[in-house]
Amino acid sequence: MLEDLPVAAGSFARTIDQHMRLIYWICGVWFVAAQGVLFYFLWRFRQRPGVRAAWLPAEGRRELAWIFAPVLLVLVCDLVIEFDSARVWAAVKEHAPEASLEVGVHASQFAWEYQYPGPDGRLDTADDFRARQLHVPVGRVVSLRLESRDVLHSIFVPQLRLKQDIVPGRQLRSWFEATREGTWPVVCAELCGVGHTFMQSTMVAEAADTYDRWAAAQAAGGAR
Amino acid sequence: MSAAHAELPFWKRHLFSTDHKVIARQYMLTGALMAIVGGLFAAAFRHTLAWPGESVPGFGVLGPDRYNTMVTLHGTIMVFWVAMPVLVAGFGNFLIPLMVGAEDMAFPRLNMLSYWVFFLSTAVLVASLFVTGGGSGVGWTTYPPLSTSARFGAGLGVDLWILAVALEFVAFLMGGINFITTAINKRAPGMGLWDMPLFVWEEIVASVVFMLSVGPLVAGAVMLLFDRNLGTGFYDPAAGGDPLLFQHLFWFFGHPEVYVLLLPALGILAEVLCALSRKALFGYRVVVWSTLVAGVLSFVVWAHHQFISGIDPRLASPFSLTTILISVPFSITIFAFLATLWKGSIRLELPMLFAVAMLAEFLLGGVTGIVNGSAAADIYIHDTYFVVAHFHYTLFPIVVLAPFAGVYYWFPKMTGRELHRGLGYAHLALTVVFFNLTFLPMFSLGMMGHHRRIANPSMFEHLRAGQHLQVLATVGAIGLLVATVPFVVNVFWSALRGRQAERNPWRATTLEWDTASPPPHGNFDAPPVVSRGPYVYSPDGAGEDFVPQGAPDTSQERAVPAVAMAEAVAP
Repeated sequence: MLEDLPVAAGSFARTIDQHMRLIYWICGVWFVAAQGVLFYFLWRFRQRPGVRAAWLPAEGRRELAWIFAPVLLVLVCDLVIEFDSARVWAAVKEHAPEASLEVGVHASQFAWEYQYPGPDGRLDTADDFRARQLHVPVGRVVSLRLESRDVLHSIFVPQLRLKQDIVPGRQLRSWFEATREGTWPVVCAELCGVGHTFMQSTMVAEAADTYDRWAAAQAAGGAR
Repeated sequence: MSAAHAELPFWKRHLFSTDHKVIARQYMLTGALMAIVGGLFAAAFRHTLAWPGESVPGFGVLGPDRYNTMVTLHGTIMVFWVAMPVLVAGFGNFLIPLMVGAEDMAFPRLNMLSYWVFFLSTAVLVASLFVTGGGSGVGWTTYPPLSTSARFGAGLGVDLWILAVALEFVAFLMGGINFITTAINKRAPGMGLWDMPLFVWEEIVASVVFMLSVGPLVAGAVMLLFDRNLGTGFYDPAAGGDPLLFQHLFWFFGHPEVYVLLLPALGILAEVLCALSRKALFGYRVVVWSTLVAGVLSFVVWAHHQFISGIDPRLASPFSLTTILISVPFSITIFAFLATLWKGSIRLELPMLFAVAMLAEFLLGGVTGIVNGSAAADIYIHDTYFVVAHFHYTLFPIVVLAPFAGVYYWFPKMTGRELHRGLGYAHLALTVVFFNLTFLPMFSLGMMGHHRRIANPSMFEHLRAGQHLQVLATVGAIGLLVATVPFVVNVFWSALRGRQAERNPWRATTLEWDTASPPPHGNFDAPPVVSRGPYVYSPDGAGEDFVPQGAPDTSQERAVPAVAMAEAVAP
């Protein structure tokens, strides 16, 4: 199953993958063990002539230990997963690193539009330019300012393991750092209406100097 | 009593009956009918996913608008018009009075009203499909702002959808009141709370959880209706409202609702496992306590549906923790069920086989739930096919396999006739094979990053590599519909022509087996008196390997249940 994951192309993609791998193995072992016990019992204690079942209502502590011992193990595994989860979550969603580029993402029924800061490096100024593709430099932290003008949307780039809902009336933020060059899909992961299935654009992660050239050309030609 | 009943006119006996067994049958048949509708919708949109743009037999080409309606209605129907009426209302109505030794529900007329309000809600839902603009296509979660305004594509179908769901809640509130009151007040003499079969406990806890969680959602739905029709702005950011408010109200109900469905399913499993392995339920009291704990915990997990919805990220880890912790009480229950098989004498009869299938499939649903429950993994998994696969691996065993186990187990009691075995085996084998064929591929699709709720995967270049998995899943879904044919044939053929069943074909202990099959109006010839706990199977010593709850006390196998009774009575 884990081999189906798309290529990891963002800075926290591997962290999330490793966390999923941890869950995969812990839960996988439990799953196989529980199935094993279930089917072993079915075979071992199948009805046989002359063999009567045991009277075991198990209200005593000693018998109940057979339940509570494995449950304690479950609890330990739960906490291991939870601590790892909290660590990864905090790294991805709570503590965004300092960004060198801020991009405004405008989601609407049923299209993406990206707002770039232009030469002055600040959004919402006169030299901003807009694009239909999300161009980003590899190796630089990009901060996204997410806005919707109509309904809920959700930005999802599988290769970055990036996903964040976009809520009208709020400016939510997200970030990533592309770690390899490539062209990746940007899709909407929240049902947004009849055209939900058409809502996509692409992200182009390119070398920093290529990006800088692209941005300069866009700013010169498309400044509004 | 039954003689007097026979004199009632047909419509009072079969349509507007206050008999809990007739009402149970009404709920189950309505639910089964809706299950076929929901299943057909699923096959239709799965056909579109596998072969986009092609005409679906009986439906025509599904464009994105009708695709959204099919998906929305499939989810809505399966949860609210199949799971609730069959599992909670159907089995609960049939079994609770019989299991506690009562002649009927505490409020029989309220019970009848409950069904007919439910019937009305069904009619409204079906009508919503035929209004201008078609049925609701905004997802079964009905998130605003998509659901609040015609500007975003939500028409009259959405209003009727909300109305239908609200009516349905009213019906199950009345049902829940009945279940709780009946179990508390109408138990046979001698039956303490700790002598109730686990199924009754599970139904009570499910009813309480439902009653406590549904209020906020009803409030949320009313605000939605106001936003849509009266121009208020509860969810409209431009008017100072907040769309996230609805998500909180929805999931505050929505997640406990999962346990409202799970608990009765576990109850069915407990009855089947004990009777067909000739074993007392391992740690009965611990299972009850863990059910209560799970019921409480279910109220503090809802935000795990909203990790990436835009809530404060600092909220995620606490909700992730509670979500993962709720695996503890359910682990206790599952381990207790496994331990019940230990040293049993297991009869691999059809109810047992379905119960085992339920457990085996549910385990996969359970462990994959940990992936969703982890906030960090959810960043990637959320709104992908992995989630779809996960919740079908929980809900299909709960809503389909467990009720099938229950039907195969209680059919002789409900109808007085036995089901055909060969058809039963065919039903089981086909169901399990096609279920896995449908949903196993979706784990892989989800891992590939295949997002949900898109009508046409071929529009996305990165999803083309997974198209063969979509085809497999669709073949599975159509197969699942076919797998139901032997069951439907079996039920109707056996109800009319099946072999006559005994009172107690499984040699089970609980009170429902202590009366004729089917039980007469009023249930018992003489009011039962209970002198032991529910699961006295294979007590030490020679003699029968079970002692019915209602058998007179000859005291030797008594020790444990007697203590239980004394404690239940003590203040």
